[in-house]
Amino acid sequence: MMSQPLLDVQGLSKHFGGFTALDNVSLHVEPGERFGLIGPNGSGKTTMINCISGALINEAGKVVFQGRDITGLKPHQRTHLGIARSFQLPRPFASMTVLENLCIPLEYATDSRTTMAERRAEGMQILELIGLADKAEEHSGGLTQIDMRKLELARAMAAKPDLLISDEAMAGLSGAEVNEILGRLFTLNERGVGVIMIEHVMKAVMQFSQRIVVLDAGKKIAEGTPDEIVSNPLVEKAYLGE
Amino acid sequence: MRVASFWPVSAVLFVGVTAATFFVNEYYVVAGYMVLQGLIMATAWNILGGFTGYVNFGSAGFFALGAYTSVVLYTAIDPPLWVVIPAAAIVCGLLGLGAGYLTLRLRGVYFAIATLALAIVLETLMVNWDYVGGATGAFIITPDVPLFASYNAFLFVIMLALAIGSVGLARYLNHSRIGRGLTAIRDDEVAAECAGVPTLRLKLISTTIMGAMMGIAGSLYPYFVTFVEPLSAFNLIVAVNAIAMPMIGGTSSWIGPVIGALLLGSVQEWTKVNISSELNLLIVGVLLVGFVALAPRGILGLAQDFRARLRGPQKKEQGDDEPAAA
Amino acid sequence: MFSIDLLSNALVAGLLLGGFYAAVALGLSIVFGQLDIVNIAHPAFVILGSYVVYMTNSALGWDPVLAGVLFTPLFFALGVVVYRIYYSGFERTGRESLAGLAFFFGIMFILEVTIILIYGVDYRLVDAAYIGQTLRFGIIDLPYRMLVPFLTAMAMTAGIALYLSRTFTGRAILAVSQDRLALELMGANPIRIKSLAFGIGLATAAIAGALLIIIGPVEPSFGRVYIGRVFAIVILGGMGSIKGTLLAALLIGVSESMVQTFVGPSWADAVAFSVLLLTLVLRPQGLFGRL
Repeated sequence: MMSQPLLDVQGLSKHFGGFTALDNVSLHVEPGERFGLIGPNGSGKTTMINCISGALINEAGKVVFQGRDITGLKPHQRTHLGIARSFQLPRPFASMTVLENLCIPLEYATDSRTTMAERRAEGMQILELIGLADKAEEHSGGLTQIDMRKLELARAMAAKPDLLISDEAMAGLSGAEVNEILGRLFTLNERGVGVIMIEHVMKAVMQFSQRIVVLDAGKKIAEGTPDEIVSNPLVEKAYLGE
Repeated sequence: MRVASFWPVSAVLFVGVTAATFFVNEYYVVAGYMVLQGLIMATAWNILGGFTGYVNFGSAGFFALGAYTSVVLYTAIDPPLWVVIPAAAIVCGLLGLGAGYLTLRLRGVYFAIATLALAIVLETLMVNWDYVGGATGAFIITPDVPLFASYNAFLFVIMLALAIGSVGLARYLNHSRIGRGLTAIRDDEVAAECAGVPTLRLKLISTTIMGAMMGIAGSLYPYFVTFVEPLSAFNLIVAVNAIAMPMIGGTSSWIGPVIGALLLGSVQEWTKVNISSELNLLIVGVLLVGFVALAPRGILGLAQDFRARLRGPQKKEQGDDEPAAA
Repeated sequence: MFSIDLLSNALVAGLLLGGFYAAVALGLSIVFGQLDIVNIAHPAFVILGSYVVYMTNSALGWDPVLAGVLFTPLFFALGVVVYRIYYSGFERTGRESLAGLAFFFGIMFILEVTIILIYGVDYRLVDAAYIGQTLRFGIIDLPYRMLVPFLTAMAMTAGIALYLSRTFTGRAILAVSQDRLALELMGANPIRIKSLAFGIGLATAAIAGALLIIIGPVEPSFGRVYIGRVFAIVILGGMGSIKGTLLAALLIGVSESMVQTFVGPSWADAVAFSVLLLTLVLRPQGLFGRL
């Protein structure tokens, strides 16, 4: 069987009125890979994520997932195919408990029929993995910041993705909290899930990623291993300016 | 309400109340009809409003369209009721589907305004359509109804059956896969979509059911008042009640509109007779504003808070109705 | 049927009407366009203004425009109070969407019913020297009862536009919807700014109400028809744009006038609502808006 990339973004462009958010960007993620996407603010990282997850539709280029062109599909269809994302600003289903939050993707992101009991059991497993098992019956609206981030990741995992996009899950967290989230992401990756990590916390990205793509002002300016990226003068210039 | 007991209890209720129509003053039958009408409208509204989180200000439009469907059918072929009611349901369900398809892409607020606009446009069309009597209205002859205590009792009993059916449907939705999806949409539509919930499809199901239910409530109206003209069919009180009853009762569950309709409906009927119609409207308005500002989760919410306070600080227990984030 | 006379008069009448509509929509343009508050009760407040002006006109003989202007401080204060209630009940707790809408819906309802209780459902009108007289320019008729509201409305619109663009507080109002933090850093209190804006919005309702009852007799349910008009105008014009509001108001005024003249009066009410629906479906950001 030919080895195809998990995700293949080809020549993607996205405009907002006269503003070009992404200009002919191509990147690919291998199955089970740990992939980092970095760049200064406004470089187009979030737009790229939105185009991959379907929240936005790109004007030019293609998004190919597991060999299939998903360019025009709606977000929930892409979730069905195996792409899940967490949100930078957590968006819990506030009227539900933590466990109930997971039950939604467990019920809807899959094509098979399950019982409530099955979903709850599976949900608990995911909560164990992410470290929220003791909060399963708590209201998701009242969680601490780091628990909300964990819930975001857990809910994305509950969609049983082949590709998980973690959107700045560590922003504003303490050093210890960053390490904890990082550990969870490694655990998730060990199960064979490809992860795209978008972060400003450089230490985390460098530790986590096998390969990194750098965006600046809508264009891809560098691609390589963490060591290559760190020593790339273009990257340094993008972040620090001239 | 425990799963097993709803239908048996409803059956008993139905038989008991129907029997009662033979013994009570006609006034109670008429008042009861109005309360039931409000109940169906409130339940319908809540499916889109409370369960899904989209506010419909144009309830009067669906109600009136149901009424006018009856008038058109009566004028054309005078069919029996068991044809008229489903016909109204289909017509209004289609309106709900179409209107939803056009407007559900809009942010919540714009959707609400669009529904209001839709209702007024419908009203203008009805006023100008001579086939249904235009602005002057149309008459319906009341048929003989043996077996029943009176003509009004006949309509009342049908309304009772329809009300129980509507509430049963709402209850089913509440606890079903669709209901869970709707709750996710209400809580956070974007997150729901990304969690695999087909949000547009579910929202359209919601508006279609709501439309059909409101159409059913309206379909009997011409038979009840026997004279239909746009001013009364597009009644403001119908629209306000559709919102006030669920919001006062509590929007998170199928029980809320029932509580709201029974309470508010009874208060209204009493006020209309004993004080005045206008004061009745004022009371509704004040209650709506009061509840929305002070007790936004309605009576249900107050009851839940009260129970929680009695129990003391504890984690949320499985089996409680989800409190609304409304 | 299609004479130049009829056409040009319909056009002029439409422009005059549209100018007046701008006055009615102005308050909502500020409150909905800048503050994102869906005050569907705004037309009801305009009707309240009409009745208040009617009261002083019939009891004391006050000129309606004058009365309207005199009542603006009262309406301004009312606006501040209403906003404070809205803020503490809804905005602060983040429950704006469903509950906030229902709140204003209820207020609208209460206003209408209270007016009915006090004044009944009959039409009310005002008396002034100029009502009933007409200015003539060739084939064009300019009835004073339309002209005076038009001119007053234009003055008010220009005044508000200048205020918003030239004064500090005015610009703060424009800014508060976009960047609350920057506003706070500048030393302005966002709550105070929003109260001010809401108060101004309601103050325009006093004048708009006076103008309304000059144009023609008023009865309590008028507010509901105007809901569609003002929202159509604000949304068609584009959220946050005063000049958009003016242009949209003129467009709708002319459309209604044309429909009224050439199709039939009973269809005129539906024009605004149809425009509203079409705008929402086809181009929700309106002509000049920033959706």
